Amino acid sequence: MTSQTTDNALPDLPRTPRDLVPLLLVPALIVLSAPLFGNLSSWVTLTVAGLAMGMMIFLMASGMTLVFGLMDVINFGHGVFISLGAYATLIVLGPLAGWAKADSVWLNLGLLGLCILVAMLTTGVIGALFERIIVRPVYGSHLKQILVTVGGLIVAEQMIHAIWGASPITIALPETLRGAFVFGDAAIERYRVFAIGVGLSVFAVMYLVLNRTRIGLLIRAGVENPEMVESLGYRIRRLFVGVFVAGSALAGLGGVMWAFYRQTLTAGMGMEVMVLVFIVIIVGGLGSIGGCFVGSLLVALVANYVGFLAPKLALVSNILVMALVLVWRPQGLFPVTRQ
Amino acid sequence: MTDATLSSLPVSSLPRQGGLLRTILSADPPRSKALSLLLLVVLLALVATPFALPGSQPLGTAAKICIFILLAASYDLLLGYTGIVSFAHTMFFGIGGYGIAIALNKLGATWSSVFIGLVAALALSAALAFIIGLVSLRVRAIFFSMITLAVASAVLVLASQMSGITGGEDGMSFQLPPELRPAFKLGTFLDTAINGRLLAYYLVFFVALGMFLLLLRIVNSPFGRVLQAIRENEFRAEALGYRVVSYRIAASVISALAATVAGALLALWLRYNGPDTTLSFAIMIDVLLMVVIGGMGTMYGAVIGAALFVLAQSYLQVLMGSISESLAAVPLLASLTHPDRWLLWLGILFVASVYAFPGGIVGRLRKTS
Repeated sequence: MTSQTTDNALPDLPRTPRDLVPLLLVPALIVLSAPLFGNLSSWVTLTVAGLAMGMMIFLMASGMTLVFGLMDVINFGHGVFISLGAYATLIVLGPLAGWAKADSVWLNLGLLGLCILVAMLTTGVIGALFERIIVRPVYGSHLKQILVTVGGLIVAEQMIHAIWGASPITIALPETLRGAFVFGDAAIERYRVFAIGVGLSVFAVMYLVLNRTRIGLLIRAGVENPEMVESLGYRIRRLFVGVFVAGSALAGLGGVMWAFYRQTLTAGMGMEVMVLVFIVIIVGGLGSIGGCFVGSLLVALVANYVGFLAPKLALVSNILVMALVLVWRPQGLFPVTRQ
Repeated sequence: MTDATLSSLPVSSLPRQGGLLRTILSADPPRSKALSLLLLVVLLALVATPFALPGSQPLGTAAKICIFILLAASYDLLLGYTGIVSFAHTMFFGIGGYGIAIALNKLGATWSSVFIGLVAALALSAALAFIIGLVSLRVRAIFFSMITLAVASAVLVLASQMSGITGGEDGMSFQLPPELRPAFKLGTFLDTAINGRLLAYYLVFFVALGMFLLLLRIVNSPFGRVLQAIRENEFRAEALGYRVVSYRIAASVISALAATVAGALLALWLRYNGPDTTLSFAIMIDVLLMVVIGGMGTMYGAVIGAALFVLAQSYLQVLMGSISESLAAVPLLASLTHPDRWLLWLGILFVASVYAFPGGIVGRLRKTS
């Protein structure tokens, strides 16, 4: 299993070609759209809003695309982990309501951190159960995966209704995260900055884990050729359970962020946002984390810009982005090669 | 997309000689005594409802069963016979409903506006299904599920926003042609007044029956056999020289057209169409449950599934209400059996039927006989 020797023996291994064009899409979109806005401040506000939204979508979508990439499992029930993560905040917000009202940044952030931790633990555990009960018996058949995960989604949504009630629940943002920073004319909501921070750090951690650790190496190898990884003596099943749990926990994290953004909880909130998640995953290329990141930002920015510039088009802007990308690259921005 | 359990579903033999009934059923009889009996009960109940059960509620339930049988059967063509999952089926259902609603509302309550509305809706559905299929099925069948979900949700939002055309969230109600109005009277038969409402019911019934038999014919035609071959082994079907993509797109267009007719029937029956009656995602889930619980890839499964589901929707909740009351002392069990949680139990039944009896009720009945 040691690979240190090969590094010295083969110094001239051909490097993987880097596909940079899709990476330029987001900066290009941000820069090129600027002249369309009359004033700079609304452009800044919308760009930040779009980036924040994109980060949240990325959090929710990344787990699903990873699960698909590694094990060819399509989880239509992924949305329920978003809802579960959102509802899990109630476990923390109930007893610690005082922390939210306190005018202290640290208590507020601590509360959010605790919410995120509890939500990720909850969704992680339920993800493990979901994998064991719902998904494991249907490996290899997409049709059955879609059916069974939709069934799991129905049951889980109804369970949320049974536990927390069917009516929407409102939650409030902690005190210091409300309001906005004002730069000149541009107002930037504090929570959006926080969301961008969380999204970027999760992306950075995922990138490092996937590219700099042994487990990441195995996951990437598993995406490309699962049988080869297995024949080298690694238990890809176990790896996959880990990825599924991590993916569910990421959806839970996304759910917390999304819940505080909407400030209203419904059992169907995960399924509603799943439409965006699917679009993002298709745009990015099924199974690609980088593609998922670029796709999230692209879709969210376009939605925000179009919503301001041509509100009539806003309803179909996501579909338009998807159609345009698929015309350009039928497999998505970063096609994942798979043997 | 090989699927060991689906392949165990029976494939009927080619048409040989046989009676009229065999021809009507496209040489694909129920092949189970219990199933034949059940189907006969459903058929007779639907024929006799207006005379046997007076009142508007049983008639409404019966009409709903007819319409959902057609909707579920058209979905089965896609899910059970072609092996692809669409989440846009209610979109076509809704297009049919809106076609009728908009035409009758704007052009006046005549038969020609019914015709215009239906033709326009069919054309739109066919075009949309074709484009979606072309974009998504070309690459991977799995794209199809996600893209249909995305497009259907966009159409749902569009329909509820464009209130000038569609009536928005409120939907739109309209007048029917004179012959279908309750005020239109033809006399009485078996103590029941023959009025426009009754004619409307039989219009729904016979169109649904005719379309169902047509779908049964399609899945038992050589075209239907190719669809089944693709479902069983896409690669092999391609190797035999069938253009998999074209067949899948054709199946998706046919299924969309049948769903459009079902939507038109529902609008005609309700004299109303809105986003929640035809377009919502909840109905999509209902149809999925009907087809899978009834039995995928059997057509008759759609009949049993739809009839059971609509009845459960109306009567299971009453049963659960009484169970919940008797369990009021046990906190969690009481909320799990609350009448509003009926979808929970159907969801569990759904998951169980995907695992334990992939042929659904029909497959089960055929195995035991």
